[in-house]
Amino acid sequence: MTHQLKDGGQVMQVGMLARVEGEGGMHIEFKDGKVESVQLNIFEPPRFYEGFLRGRKFTEPPDITARICGICPVAYQSASTEAMETICGVTTTPEIQLMRRLLYCGEWIESHALHIFMLHAPDFLGYESVLEMAKDHADVVQMALRLKKAGNDLMTAVGGRAIHPVNVKVGGFYRMPTVAELQRLRPALEQGRDDALAAVALVATFDFPDMEQDYNYVSLRHPDWYPLERGTEVVATSGVRFPVTEIADHVKEFHVAHSNALHASFDGKPYFVGPLARYSLNFDQLSPTTQEAALKAGLGETCRNPFKSIIVRTVELAYAFEEALRIVDAWRDGHAPSVPVAPVAGEGIGASEAPRGLIWHRYRIDADGVIEDAQIVPPTSQNQASIEADLRKAAEQWIDLDDHMLTHRCEEAIRNYDPCISCATHFLDLRVKRS
Amino acid sequence: MVEHAHTHEHPHDAAVATDPTPPDARPKLAVWKFASCDGCQLSILNCEDELLQIAESIHIAYFPEATRAIVAGPYDLSLVEGSITTPEDVKRIHEIRAQSGTVVTIGACATAGGIQALRNWADVDEFRSIVYAHPEYLSTLDTSTPIASHIDVDYELRGCPVDKTQLVEVLAAFLNGRKPRIPTYSVCVECKLKGNVCVPVATGTPCLGPVTQAGCGALCPSYGRGCYGCFGPQDSANTEAMTRQLAELGMSNADIVRVYRTFNAGSPEFAAASDQAAAASSTGGPS
Repeated sequence: MTHQLKDGGQVMQVGMLARVEGEGGMHIEFKDGKVESVQLNIFEPPRFYEGFLRGRKFTEPPDITARICGICPVAYQSASTEAMETICGVTTTPEIQLMRRLLYCGEWIESHALHIFMLHAPDFLGYESVLEMAKDHADVVQMALRLKKAGNDLMTAVGGRAIHPVNVKVGGFYRMPTVAELQRLRPALEQGRDDALAAVALVATFDFPDMEQDYNYVSLRHPDWYPLERGTEVVATSGVRFPVTEIADHVKEFHVAHSNALHASFDGKPYFVGPLARYSLNFDQLSPTTQEAALKAGLGETCRNPFKSIIVRTVELAYAFEEALRIVDAWRDGHAPSVPVAPVAGEGIGASEAPRGLIWHRYRIDADGVIEDAQIVPPTSQNQASIEADLRKAAEQWIDLDDHMLTHRCEEAIRNYDPCISCATHFLDLRVKRS
Repeated sequence: MVEHAHTHEHPHDAAVATDPTPPDARPKLAVWKFASCDGCQLSILNCEDELLQIAESIHIAYFPEATRAIVAGPYDLSLVEGSITTPEDVKRIHEIRAQSGTVVTIGACATAGGIQALRNWADVDEFRSIVYAHPEYLSTLDTSTPIASHIDVDYELRGCPVDKTQLVEVLAAFLNGRKPRIPTYSVCVECKLKGNVCVPVATGTPCLGPVTQAGCGALCPSYGRGCYGCFGPQDSANTEAMTRQLAELGMSNADIVRVYRTFNAGSPEFAAASDQAAAASSTGGPS
């Protein structure tokens, strides 16, 4: 995998980064025993969502933008509905908000279970895939499949189907699920909560590479609960905090040659979104049970080791099950599924916490509800600079490993982010150079 | 699942050489991705109850979303997700055809070009500059086209996303050397089977069910909303009558253009119906 460069440098490369959503690559160059340059290459072909959303109706983004990502469609549906309701000056009911949170719990469960066990755990346990892992750890894989299925079943009950739910619209839902439908999920949700709490202890026993970074974490914040389907404020480790509506004033996107996904900066600097950021900025909003599980697993109230993101993700998995149970148990039939939303000319922002981190949408619509401008900022594109910083640090820290091991370690450094390259754009091709 | 009895015959079977590495009687599966959301290949991993059994019957030889392990081709079965949108991908899909016994395309992107086929009616240069500050960094075609526009495809599985039960049926059919049992009738049939109230009749809600292929289980009408055509046109779609009915239910020509131009916009039937509605519109296109 190592190639000599004409100038004496070396490049190490891998065809494609595996076990991430979407496809992309990595390029690291070494010279004189030092890391010369690091690039996360995203050459997934662009699909131009922001282009063709122009001219569409304001009611369409929940269905259309869901198709940006098959793994986190609800993140897109939540951000787009909130943006449109903000523009049109509509506030939905508390019940609609609760049902959105419940649907979002389903997405967190499905997505986190997928990443923790099927994409990430094989790195720690030394397997190429979950299928190989199943031969030696059948019980763990059975549990993983059970957890994932519980999330998909929850999404199906609330959204109609697990991928690209059909029940979400601007203003709420087409139909509210009934108490009977939700109660049928209860046994699987209870089992899921218990499994997830046990899984926190399990993943905490993995061997974690020792690496910490001084990230500027950014996440949503809500006064009443841990942020999922929405927040009231954006908060950062740097101490900055502001209402969600002002996010476009702080985040700037820019285009670099080696990526089809736009990079982003927060107040002019790289930043980090995702489970580590949410956890470190909202530990106080977790439930007592999940706080205790996290502390027992050896996490502090903040966590700066990106390899430990698997523990944080598992804590969030348990939290999502608890939240789902809370909402299911409190649910009563008879609530209106939606509120009417008439178009009002204007511009607005909607934001939510996708499984992989903060996502926000900005739209401008005219008085007939036709979209004039759209901007969609998914988590992975915001994280590109942090991913590159981690790659650099990992390559420097483990430069003495052989090519095979170093390549693997660098892949892991990318997988820590649960990158969704389909969202960001996509295509990952992994290359490492050294001399 | 039935034990492997692969008797499928295909002109490309000549390319299916024996695997030099450990003898493995199972047919080799590869999963490929082009421009798409990953949702259809995720449907494979979403078969929680069947996944381990599938992996016993089929050797998952290339599936980057699921495994780092890469087993070289040729492959007995290639599942292809996504549409063709770059010059490089045109080349890649031909390479995949050459090393695959059977090619099955999965989902609306692969079978109709996906939502990104909206570029087929637009100025892609303008799209580039709306989204990207440096359009010159991008390599992209002016169109998004289905896989079958470029290579011979053995079977197309519809849906945005595909239905996982239908996906398992396609795999089972492949293993048994038979045709998949996938209905091509309309969503209306599924509504009748389910006992759904007809949403356009009962509530005047526009619904693409009459022209859309079944497969989702009449999902949207079950939630009180009109079908929006995820599974593409049914085998004898009468789009003229459909368009008339949408207009009677109060949709403008611009609305009608939009409703045909979503995830299966590039299917010949929906593309033609949208073009007719656009021509009929006084503005000559979607507003």
